[in-house]
Amino acid sequence: MGATRTPSNITQGSKAKGGIGESTLRPDGTLKVTGEFAYSSDMWHEDMLWGFTLRSPHAHAEIKSIDTSQALAQAGVYAVLTYDDLPTEVKNYGLEIQDTPVLAHGRVRHHGEPVALVAADHPETARRAAAKIKVEYVPLPVVHDEATAIAEDAPLLHPGRTDHHAGHVPHPNIVHRQPIHRGDVAAARARADVIVSGEYEVGMQDQAFLGPESGLAVPGEDGGVDLYIATQWLHSDLRQIAPVLGLPPEKVRMTLSGVGGAFGGREDLSMQIHACLLALRTGKPVKIVYNRFESFFGHVHRHPAKLWYEHGATRDGKLTHMKCRIVLDGGAYASASPAVVGNASSLSVGPYVVDNVEIEAIALYTNNPPCGAMRGFGAVQACFAYEAQMDKLAAGLGMDPVEFRQLNAMSQGTVMPTGQVVDSPAPVAELLRRVKAMPLPPQKQWETAGQSADVRALPGGLSNTTHGEGVVRGVGYAVGIKNVGFSEGFDDYSTARVRLEVVGGEPVAVVHTAMAEVGQGGVTVHAQIARTELGVTQVTIHPADTQVGSAGSTSASRQTYVTGGAVKHTCEAVREKVLELGRARFGSYHPAWATAELLLEGGKVVTDGGEVLADLADVLEGEAIDLELEWRHRPTEPFDLRTGQGNGHVQYSFAAHRAVVEVDTELGLVKVVELACAQDVGKALNPLSVVGQIQGGTTQGLGLAVMEEIVVSPEGKVRNPSFTDYLIPTILDTPTIPVDVLELADEHAPYGLRGIGEAPTLSSTPAVVAAIRAATGLALNRVPVRPEHLTGQQYSGG
Amino acid sequence: MDFLRPASWEEALAAKAEHPTAVPIAGGTDVMVEINFDHRRPDALLDLNRIGELREWEVGEETVRLGACVPYTRIIESLRAELPGLALAAHTVGSPQIRNRGSVGGNLGAASPAGDSHPALLAAGAEVEAVSVRGTRMIPVEEFYTGVKRNCLEPDELIRAVHIKKADGPQQFSKVGTRNAMVIAVCAFGIALHPGTRTVRTGIGSAAPTPIRATAAEEFLNSALAEAGLWDSGQIIPPAVARQFAELVSGAANPIDDVRGSAAYRRHALGVMARRTLGWAWEEYRGNERSARCA
Repeated sequence: MGATRTPSNITQGSKAKGGIGESTLRPDGTLKVTGEFAYSSDMWHEDMLWGFTLRSPHAHAEIKSIDTSQALAQAGVYAVLTYDDLPTEVKNYGLEIQDTPVLAHGRVRHHGEPVALVAADHPETARRAAAKIKVEYVPLPVVHDEATAIAEDAPLLHPGRTDHHAGHVPHPNIVHRQPIHRGDVAAARARADVIVSGEYEVGMQDQAFLGPESGLAVPGEDGGVDLYIATQWLHSDLRQIAPVLGLPPEKVRMTLSGVGGAFGGREDLSMQIHACLLALRTGKPVKIVYNRFESFFGHVHRHPAKLWYEHGATRDGKLTHMKCRIVLDGGAYASASPAVVGNASSLSVGPYVVDNVEIEAIALYTNNPPCGAMRGFGAVQACFAYEAQMDKLAAGLGMDPVEFRQLNAMSQGTVMPTGQVVDSPAPVAELLRRVKAMPLPPQKQWETAGQSADVRALPGGLSNTTHGEGVVRGVGYAVGIKNVGFSEGFDDYSTARVRLEVVGGEPVAVVHTAMAEVGQGGVTVHAQIARTELGVTQVTIHPADTQVGSAGSTSASRQTYVTGGAVKHTCEAVREKVLELGRARFGSYHPAWATAELLLEGGKVVTDGGEVLADLADVLEGEAIDLELEWRHRPTEPFDLRTGQGNGHVQYSFAAHRAVVEVDTELGLVKVVELACAQDVGKALNPLSVVGQIQGGTTQGLGLAVMEEIVVSPEGKVRNPSFTDYLIPTILDTPTIPVDVLELADEHAPYGLRGIGEAPTLSSTPAVVAAIRAATGLALNRVPVRPEHLTGQQYSGG
Repeated sequence: MDFLRPASWEEALAAKAEHPTAVPIAGGTDVMVEINFDHRRPDALLDLNRIGELREWEVGEETVRLGACVPYTRIIESLRAELPGLALAAHTVGSPQIRNRGSVGGNLGAASPAGDSHPALLAAGAEVEAVSVRGTRMIPVEEFYTGVKRNCLEPDELIRAVHIKKADGPQQFSKVGTRNAMVIAVCAFGIALHPGTRTVRTGIGSAAPTPIRATAAEEFLNSALAEAGLWDSGQIIPPAVARQFAELVSGAANPIDDVRGSAAYRRHALGVMARRTLGWAWEEYRGNERSARCA
């Protein structure tokens, strides 16, 4: 099609009001802050039943028998389903490996695994009926770490694996293994003047989205089902749901309902199939809403990790080599573990030039809670370790930690350990320079004119634990690298349907995609793109559903890039149709129709010189232009299973942080005073949303640094499934977050943009921990950092 | 589940006598969490919200009679001078929404060792007004707690009010949590100086099966202050005395390892809080003494 504008001149700024580059406001913003937004848990249907899930109290057990008779006998109960009630031969689902049972069959592999379903006319009735289901369990030995997973007598979590990783893994309890080799580590090591090594650990973080898993399944007259659901990827859900139900995909009609946050935790299925099974069995609408407790068992978490690193450097501060081994705990089912392994290994070196590497990353099958996608996806764990290593090296060389990083920072043209050349801006040194150049917050901000201290500015806050006693300030830096989009050869396309017509004399564009709006602001950005490309003011965002092609996942920082790219692409095609029509109708009246570069602006066809050729209304003459097109970014390649070589990633994204903390060194309490961030975003399509994403990601990283962890006992039991004991930062824990946005266009991406959602989550955590180390002088090789780590009183168990 | 809604205190007592397993509910900040988490499913709830007198307080000569349902927000706003320790503790309770609903009566009824008001009540000195159709009894707060989430109320009794000694000297409260707001105590400590009787009282929260006083620490400090004549001289407390006091507070605790913190950390943190809060309270006392002398 006749492209009329190139990314370079678009990024100069658009003339369309409400177009890209403007901070247009979110259509859902006011509703959400006033409590009026309808979330998936708010849905209601006449005659609906409530579904409830009976879950395993054991991390690993054989199921000898299930007796549902008493539950079925209870008044108000319409159905009780177990594995034996599944209607087809497809009884498992999974994102990449179909290893997750819809309902447990003979064995449960983690605490909280779904065993049976109840539908009743009241949620309390369903809950009570579920309590009457008698399940006879025989507990089995629990696999809870690498040693127990690969022990000689280790129980196999998934005996007889036939998945595409089964053939190359060293043990059947290893989901996937990805080594990467480049250069000559032995020779480089011999040249090193300083060698540092460390063992690091990252705890199990939860997405902690506020809207629990919920949805409504309504049986259709055609034998199909309508599912209203909060998810991250409608079509991925559909692909997994339909075969279990024994329905063709077109009979499972899915509509996105209000999503209360996701962060990766809705990429896997939760209650989708369960609600559909109950609805189809009872012939009635079925709603399932998890409560907060159940939600902690209803979605995957961030992989906890153990990481071993060795780096060397020459006296003048140049990195010689890096060796690392990353062990990720995938829990009972594969979920996104293989892709997390790919990220952890290929990004393990960080945003640095290291020519000689030996890397290995694996994910384990264990009886711990399943782990999968979460913001940062494998790159978070690695970043915590390599940034700790950078500080150790700088200390060993007597260099400034920022200068040392800048000396080794990658840039455009750097070759990654995978052999991939970084072929767009990679301003790593510049981002570090920018965060370092920001003014530091004043010292002792708790001191007031009067005698008393403002405890809100101190560690402990209103808990009144210090008035300045024992408080030491620390400053730390970190920088990270995240891939954007799905990698390793995945066909990562998006679809957009755009309709342009004149309604009441005014041109209106309708943008229809299956993109899950989970809070990222895609609905805002799609309207901006349509305004820019089609020169219209009125844009309607059609509800997301499966009546249009896939938009891929709202994850991997990809939606503005890929579905935004699809909207742009389809708008361009619509525009070309308009111009074709215009040429046919009016071409003979003005030579510019044939010769000039034409744009749509202000509801008119104009030349690039600004001359108006026709009104859109006159060109369209009552016709609507309606196109649905797919769009793809550059293809990627799988990583070689032995060498790790391959152009595996689409785009890289970078952010740097400087953390300033006050630590009460006697009590081990931390107040993060400021977390300054600098990030390259390529092009800020909506600057306000960009800053919001950066502040949100930064805060989630802070949470991992100092408080967020799902605690799992050695028996595989989740010990803190509540917001009482799984702590996330409150506004008093959230520091000032000054943000410096850099816009260096990536010529391969729509408008030159760079996916932004995840990068700030990476460097925030190690920056905070570096600052705590600076304040305390402690090694701190594990996150989250707990008060005990700072004061030395460990648990009596060790 | 029955939901009983008495319109008056008398009706409430009658209802409690008739339904001894009914769980009283006011703000619901504790009871509703228990129900939502399925930790308890009481046969009946006894709603106290229609009884306005429970949200009232009276400031008397020596004590404040605090209605069982007076929300924490009211304590912070209106009783800071009379009950400074409890006001500090109230500040650390949950979120603003929870402080608008939660009350000391609820804290006592739940009797969780982690309840924020207990250390302040123990340090200030307080009595619980427990009432049934059989009559009224006043229970010293240190005798009120009998075990983890257990208190000495009879099945037919309701808490009508708490009688708390008005501050006759500086009070402090300090609590360790792993977040800077809206957090359950890992451990907490309250201290009140009573210059009138030349005594110091303390309260420890979340570091034993029940809230407790650190009596050995109190006795040690009382003698140390008396022997050195510090109440009169207003001189600083020797660091060795403060350290010994802190160690005795640590020693009084009987904490456990749990998901919120280790037992060893709780003992350590209690010592630090004891030393610091004693220092703050004593500094304030010295300041008051100095200004009294100048006046």
